[in-house]
Amino acid sequence: MTNKMKDDYSNQIKQYQPKPNYIWNCTKAFVVGGTICTIGQVINNMYIYVFHFSEENAGNPTVATLILISALLTGFGIYDRLGQFAGAGSAVPVTGFANSMTSAALEHKSEGFVLGVATNMFKLAGSVIVFGVVAAYLVGIIRYIVSVSLS
Amino acid sequence: MGLMGGTWTFENRIYVNSSGTAVGPKEAEGPLGQTFDISHEDLHCGEDNWELAERRLMEQAIDQCLTKSNLQTDQVDFFIAGDLLNQNVTSNYVARHLQIPTICMFGACSTSMETVAIGSQLVDSGFANKIVAATSSHNATAERQFRYPTEYGGQKPDTATATVTGAGAVLISQEYSDIVITSATIGKVVDYGLKDPFDMGSAMAPAAADTIQRHLQDLNRTTNDYDMFITGDLSGIGSPILKDLLKEEGIDIDEKHFDCGLMIYRPDQNVFAGGSGCACSAVVTFSHIFNMLRSKEVDRVFVVATGALLSPTMIQQKESIPTIAHGVVFERAERGVHH
Repeated sequence: MTNKMKDDYSNQIKQYQPKPNYIWNCTKAFVVGGTICTIGQVINNMYIYVFHFSEENAGNPTVATLILISALLTGFGIYDRLGQFAGAGSAVPVTGFANSMTSAALEHKSEGFVLGVATNMFKLAGSVIVFGVVAAYLVGIIRYIVSVSLS
Repeated sequence: MGLMGGTWTFENRIYVNSSGTAVGPKEAEGPLGQTFDISHEDLHCGEDNWELAERRLMEQAIDQCLTKSNLQTDQVDFFIAGDLLNQNVTSNYVARHLQIPTICMFGACSTSMETVAIGSQLVDSGFANKIVAATSSHNATAERQFRYPTEYGGQKPDTATATVTGAGAVLISQEYSDIVITSATIGKVVDYGLKDPFDMGSAMAPAAADTIQRHLQDLNRTTNDYDMFITGDLSGIGSPILKDLLKEEGIDIDEKHFDCGLMIYRPDQNVFAGGSGCACSAVVTFSHIFNMLRSKEVDRVFVVATGALLSPTMIQQKESIPTIAHGVVFERAERGVHH
């Protein structure tokens, strides 16, 4: 009864599982993520050169435009397919954040606007905001302490 | 009724009188698309939300099943049903309209054979004359309850499975028909410590192996006594594991093993490792496998519905995934019978 598969199951089954192709996945993520950022840069330049925003101020409408595009692609059922293809490439940029909120909002529309859409909108994005705020707070404190102790 | 180990051998002839199946668009496009009674072109099935869509599928499957047997709901003694959603909402809301005394069950994706086994048992023991067993699952309701919102762009690994959208229902009684249920093996909860909810095939393979091994032991049979061993949703990952697990016990089902999750879709349908869900084993067995029995392609099959008893809360608490597999033997009625 020794050396059977079930005696060391979680290790033995590894041979049955397809190995993720890291190089191909990274390439896909790099190309798609890079393309999204390039589109962002094009939009940014458009705001600067066509609508005469200053370089500092052009960032906000650029992000808003990307979020709008991502929300629309989510609604049309395209972004989830892009996500399956690109992985981190479409998850990391601001469009991924917008997708996580839009998809949750769409999903919970059937439970009403307050308890459905509003409550569940941050279901996936909430953790990003929590860690974002906490990290900003900690970094702010460290910066303050360093600047006080240096002066 | 005979009891050997965890296996029931029915004393009376328990027949499948009719069955009904309803499926979504992807299943209709698959290789078995033509065998289903009703198929929807739209995942919403003409309803406003996913839960209503699943409910409609189950209602239609039951409706088809009863229509084929020319029966009204009040001629059925018990309705035995289950699905994947919390509190079994699909089954209970469907039962609200049926007004048949209801036994609701949950065995995750093993529910299809669990309900058939219990239903057969009730009919065999004389506690029921006619029962309807039904199960359903819906890709979008399962996604949103167990995973992420349907439109979320997260990447899934190749070991993941796609929940089948569909529902199946069967009518079981002692009135003669072309398919007979002769025995059933009730599964044990098996847990080999796997924790990945995106690899349920690997988690469930040991449960299927245990049920098949016990079934053959209990009835003192070999694989030669069966034409097919059909598992519910082990997919492309769990199926080879099952075969190798059984080989280590001296049981070779290589040539005779089929998995509903691999039969229902073509590999190019973006379904990862294959189909899963309560409806997977239900719609494939109640249509395609029954057709094979009727057309005399096979005489005796053992359908083992595999269930990952998965709870998102338990997974987040770092628990592993318990699994279970219930098996039912379906035979062609004329086979060696004197009636």
